[in-house]
Amino acid sequence: MAELSTKHLLGIKYITKQDIDLIFKTADNFKEVINRPIKKVPTLRDITIANIFFENSTRTKLSFELAEKRLSADVVNFSAGQSSVKKGETLIDTVNNILSMKVDMVVMRHPNPGAGIFLSKHVNAAIINAGDGAHEHPTQALLDSYSIREKLGEVKGKNVVIVGDILHSRVALSNIFALKLQGANVKVCGPQTLIPKHIASLGVEVELDLRKALEWCDVANMLRVQNERMDVSYFPTTREYAQQYGLTKNILDSLDKEIVVMHPGPINRGVEITSDVADSKQSIILGQVENGVAIRMAVIYLLASKL
Amino acid sequence: MSQKILLSAKEIHIILHRLACQLLENHLDFSNSVLIGIQPRGIFLAERLSKILKDDYKIKNINLGSLDITFYRDDFRRSEKILSANKTKIDFLVEDKNVVFVDDVLYTGRSIRAALTAVQSFGRPQNIELLTLIDRRFSRHLPIQPNYRGRQVDAINDEKVKVMWAENDGEDAVYLINR
Repeated sequence: MAELSTKHLLGIKYITKQDIDLIFKTADNFKEVINRPIKKVPTLRDITIANIFFENSTRTKLSFELAEKRLSADVVNFSAGQSSVKKGETLIDTVNNILSMKVDMVVMRHPNPGAGIFLSKHVNAAIINAGDGAHEHPTQALLDSYSIREKLGEVKGKNVVIVGDILHSRVALSNIFALKLQGANVKVCGPQTLIPKHIASLGVEVELDLRKALEWCDVANMLRVQNERMDVSYFPTTREYAQQYGLTKNILDSLDKEIVVMHPGPINRGVEITSDVADSKQSIILGQVENGVAIRMAVIYLLASKL
Repeated sequence: MSQKILLSAKEIHIILHRLACQLLENHLDFSNSVLIGIQPRGIFLAERLSKILKDDYKIKNINLGSLDITFYRDDFRRSEKILSANKTKIDFLVEDKNVVFVDDVLYTGRSIRAALTAVQSFGRPQNIELLTLIDRRFSRHLPIQPNYRGRQVDAINDEKVKVMWAENDGEDAVYLINR
C-alpha cells in the first residue's frame, strides 16, 4: 500500500512527486470529512502532538491545531514567548523535555533555517516543519498546489508566477520546489533587490515587469512584503512598491484572460494586493485556508501511520 | 493456493433477488430508508440491490450512499500495511432514517463496528440493519449479526472468501481461497 517516502515533513525538497500525489489523494478524503455535519474522525486518538512555535503565527497554528483536533489527536501548544527558552534553554533540551512527556509528533515553526532538519536528527519523534526562517514552509506549498489543482484540474503544465518578496520567503521556495516537481512552469516577479541572485538555478525564470508576468500566467501567487525580516530598505517606499508590484483590479481587468489570484496571508491590503482584488471572485484566498486544514490532516495522518 | 467456488453467477442472481424481496418486506417503498454500501467492496452489492429494486420492483427513489470506514478503524498503526481511504458519498441526511448497511462479507465484525461509529457523523438514524452476501460463521470478534444474509459459510481463518463482481472483476462469483 502507498506510503510516504519520509518519516518527517521537513521541506518539499525532501519529498517526491508520489508523496505529493498521495497527500493530495488523502486530503480529498479529509476535505469531505471537514464538510460533514460532524467534522471529526477518531483516527489519531492515541497520538499526542506538540505544536512548538518560536515565531508568531495565526493561520498556520490555528490550521494545524484544527487539523489535529479533527483527527482526535491530543494537542499541546507551546509558544516561545512564555517559555523557558527565555531562560536560555536550548532547542534540543526544550524538545526532549516535551517528548519525555510522551509526545509522538512535533509541529515546529522556528526563525532559523534548517531548525526542523537539525531537530529531526537529534530527537525521536516525527517532525513537521511549519516554517523555518526563510527556508521552507512545506504545508503552505502543498495547500497552494492543492488549491490550484482544485481550481484548474491539474498543476502540470500550468504557468504560475510568484510575485513579491522572494528573497525572504519560505513560501516562495517551497512553492517553487512543489510546482516544479509537479511539472508547472514557474516565474518569479518582484523588485531586483528582493529576487535572490541564483534563483534561476532552481529552474525558474525572473520577470521584473509585473504586467508581462501576469499576461503570461494562469495563476498569480502574491506574497506578503515581510517588513519584519527586512533589516535594510529593499525598495524606496511602500507606495512605490504598491504601484509597481501591487495587484489592482485595473490590471486584472485589462488582461485578456481570467487568472487565478492566490495569497498565503496575512494580507497587507493596498500593498501587494488591493482589497477589491483580494475579495474578487478570481481570488481563491479563503479556499486556500480551507484546504490548509485538509492538507495538514493528510500530512499528519500519513506521518502518524509511520510512527 | 487453491480455490473452490462457493457461489456461481446464477446462484448470486437468485440470492440478490431474494435479498431484495426481504428488504422490500421490511421497507416497503423505501421512503424513509437508505442503503449504505461499505467501502471498498460493499458498494457493488449495494448498487446491484438498488438496481434490482428500481428495475424489477419499481421503487422510484432509493437513497444510496457509500461509507468509507478507514478513519474509524481500530487497527490504525497496528497492522503492517498502511490503510488508504476511499470515497464517502452520503448526500442525504440519515437523521431518523432506517439505514441498511450493505457489505459483501461479514467476518470479524470490526468493519461494521467502525461503520456504526462512522455513520454517526451524518446524524442519528432511527435504526440500522445489516445485509451481507456472505456471513462467515464462528469467526466474529464482536457481537454483530446480519439481519439479511445471502449465504452462511464456514471457513477457517487461513481461508479467504473473495466476492467477485462482473463490473469490477469480470465475473459474478464467490470463491473460497485457501492460502
